Amino acid sequence: MIEFKDFVFFVLSFVLIASGLSVITSRNPVTAALSLVLAFFNAAGIWLLLQAEFLAIALVLVYVGAVMVLFLFVVMMLDINLDKLREGFWDYLPMAGFIGILMMVEMVMVFKTKQFNLSPLAETLPNSSNTELIGNTLYSDYVLPFELASVVLLIAIVSAIALTLRDRKDSKKTNPADQIAVKRKDRVRLVQMKSEEKYVKSKARERT
Amino acid sequence: MIGLSHYLILAAILFTISVVGIFLNRKNIIILLMSIELMLLAVNINFIAFSYYLNDIAGQIFVFFILTVAAAESAIGLAIIVLIFRNTRSINVDDLNRLNG
Repeated sequence: MIEFKDFVFFVLSFVLIASGLSVITSRNPVTAALSLVLAFFNAAGIWLLLQAEFLAIALVLVYVGAVMVLFLFVVMMLDINLDKLREGFWDYLPMAGFIGILMMVEMVMVFKTKQFNLSPLAETLPNSSNTELIGNTLYSDYVLPFELASVVLLIAIVSAIALTLRDRKDSKKTNPADQIAVKRKDRVRLVQMKSEEKYVKSKARERT
Repeated sequence: MIGLSHYLILAAILFTISVVGIFLNRKNIIILLMSIELMLLAVNINFIAFSYYLNDIAGQIFVFFILTVAAAESAIGLAIIVLIFRNTRSINVDDLNRLNG
């Protein structure tokens, strides 16, 4: 008799593998991105089966909600010639399929050995939530990597903006280096000229 | 009964699919990035499966960091793709010979 949990696992993993295949074989990048969304969603379901609730929710929120939307934005903004990009797909298929099947058979052989065939050690305490456990560990043992991760995200923000920033032609920005390097002769011009007769005469008449 | 090896085999299949995807879609940078995301997902499934079966929370902490770095990586990668497309009007890998390497 197959348990319901096992049935859920098989359904989720079947859809996960099918959507993964759809990501790599679809003609249209938009279809591939949507299949990747489905793959992430099913992976979140599998993580829920493994009692990693916090990470499953984070995967759905961060990946499906943010990263894949970013992917879809970029895919839809770019005007891509699809046929040119599919060149060589069928040429590489025998080679890629051979290597893939070889890799998979080898890994499955390793994972079928006895030491990987274990059942869960002990059930986690029923009144300790997964989120609480992650929070306690993250803010005590892993606090430095956690801070470094925030720096990585900051660098990602700054570099993504700096890479794609385009100056407007009519922006009135100034270059501080040019302003500092300016010399007196660039700004001040001394002009030698005679005093104008008419002006001097009118001044003299005013005075009298 | 589902054991650890089932999850590991699932992750192995997913990893193989993404490797094959990198082989097949050699010309399309966007699909290459998606294959890398799929690969990281397979690794994360491994981490979480081990974390559950060995009853150790450290695996989930690692997944947390992998998710962070992967999000940063895909944001920068997509920015670079936008930049490449702006300069060459194409995202074909064969057109990326500006460095003449």
